[in-house]
Amino acid sequence: MVDIANHIAAHAVKLARVAVVSAYPITPQTQVIEEISALIEAGEMDCEYIPVESEHSAMAALIGAAAVGVRAFSATSAHGLAYMHELLHWAAGIRLPMVMVNVNRAMGPGWNIWCDHQDAISQRDTGWIQLYCAGHQEIADTVIQAFRISEDPRVILPVMVNYDAFVLSHSYMQADLPGQEEVDRFLPPFRSAWRLDLDNPLTHGSVIYPNDYEEVRLSMQQAHERAREVIAEAAEEYRRIIGRFHGALVEAYRMEDAEYALVAMGSLAAEARVAVDALREEGLAAGLVRVRSYRPFPGEELAGLLDVLKGVLVIDRDISFGMEGALYSDTKAALYGKSQVPVFNAITGLGGRDVPYTVMMEEMRRVAEGKRREAVSWPTIRFNDHHRASREGMSRCG
Amino acid sequence: MARREKKETAAGKPEDVGIITTLSVPIVGSVGKTGSWRVFVPVKEEERCNNCLLCWIYCPEACISKDIRIDLDYCKGCGICAVECPRRAIVMVKEEKGGGR
Repeated sequence: MVDIANHIAAHAVKLARVAVVSAYPITPQTQVIEEISALIEAGEMDCEYIPVESEHSAMAALIGAAAVGVRAFSATSAHGLAYMHELLHWAAGIRLPMVMVNVNRAMGPGWNIWCDHQDAISQRDTGWIQLYCAGHQEIADTVIQAFRISEDPRVILPVMVNYDAFVLSHSYMQADLPGQEEVDRFLPPFRSAWRLDLDNPLTHGSVIYPNDYEEVRLSMQQAHERAREVIAEAAEEYRRIIGRFHGALVEAYRMEDAEYALVAMGSLAAEARVAVDALREEGLAAGLVRVRSYRPFPGEELAGLLDVLKGVLVIDRDISFGMEGALYSDTKAALYGKSQVPVFNAITGLGGRDVPYTVMMEEMRRVAEGKRREAVSWPTIRFNDHHRASREGMSRCG
Repeated sequence: MARREKKETAAGKPEDVGIITTLSVPIVGSVGKTGSWRVFVPVKEEERCNNCLLCWIYCPEACISKDIRIDLDYCKGCGICAVECPRRAIVMVKEEKGGGR
């Protein structure tokens, strides 16, 4: 089909035989839910759609659905995801499998409906698995894979499928949807570690004392560690049954003989391929490592690919205020004690700012030439009349 | 993958704990004998009681049986039974330290 990524994601949800969709239907919602509700209305999808009054309630209803033992899905974006924050902890903490699409958008203020990763990065430590897609086809395939990962008995954690706003979510591209029979072979019927049962009553999430708490958190951490192999297995099994592969925890591009590498997530990693090809034509042995799974973080895989290189540039479409790009911190941590390779950071593409591949090339050239002094750069910063007017307005306030 | 598994045991990381959640099942005494929380203890005066069962209905902890015996292992001493009793057949009495267990 040729369609926008939001519609393609909705059709992948249908193929996953989801039983309950709970979502807030108004802004910042996207056409993912609009398309699902149309499919249900047309009788093409056997699913209960619960349109609730807020994202907080959307996640609460989703937790209820997964807790009674059915496959559950939601979609949100930016401030909607932020509004879910508390419930994200609950879904992961009581160990419920479910999948949610998050269309990556910038956080306000001011209102900015364009792409960056600040929304999802802000939810990094809720216990959710976070996958990032770089294209329409990968979105369709990853949504289906996400259910299998989430429900695997070694994992039993919610999975967030992230993809970039507008560049992917609202642009029309070709994607092949697998047949229902193939998806059914890949994705077994819903399974969970537990469900609410009238004949065997139990409570989840009541008071827990200091004597009991740490082991619950360790159990979640170990599930994330096991999820690394489950994500890789799901990608391999998908390739075997359906015939497509987008990488396991990471996707390496022209890394076999690379001396320098870009590290990125989402659609900027697709743009970075163009930068790598152009740098190669200039004679610079560049490669790209695209992080598909941000949590669990592919530390071993990154260290294995990057440790012998001469320089690494991490592109962050987010900023951990008071520190640096979040992906940059994690990449350095993965290399700690294993390699002396210099690692640099470019913060760029915030709030939907265009990042041409030429910017990535120039940043990479500066790394390769050894001229770069600063660890963190903001290569697409440019001051304009609006910023000057804002400064002037502020000075009048003072 | 094999490389990582080896390191986990070698580095003295905790062993696999499986799935531990905040699950609790409704069994008697699942959080211990809550009667130990009590400050005041309900005392029934047999001759005043006419078995109206209001105390049995109102007890939030289901600690009063239908033949009006009070389970002091789990009675937290909230005093609702004493307030609701129309014949003042239950009175709350300050308990000595160490009582209730």
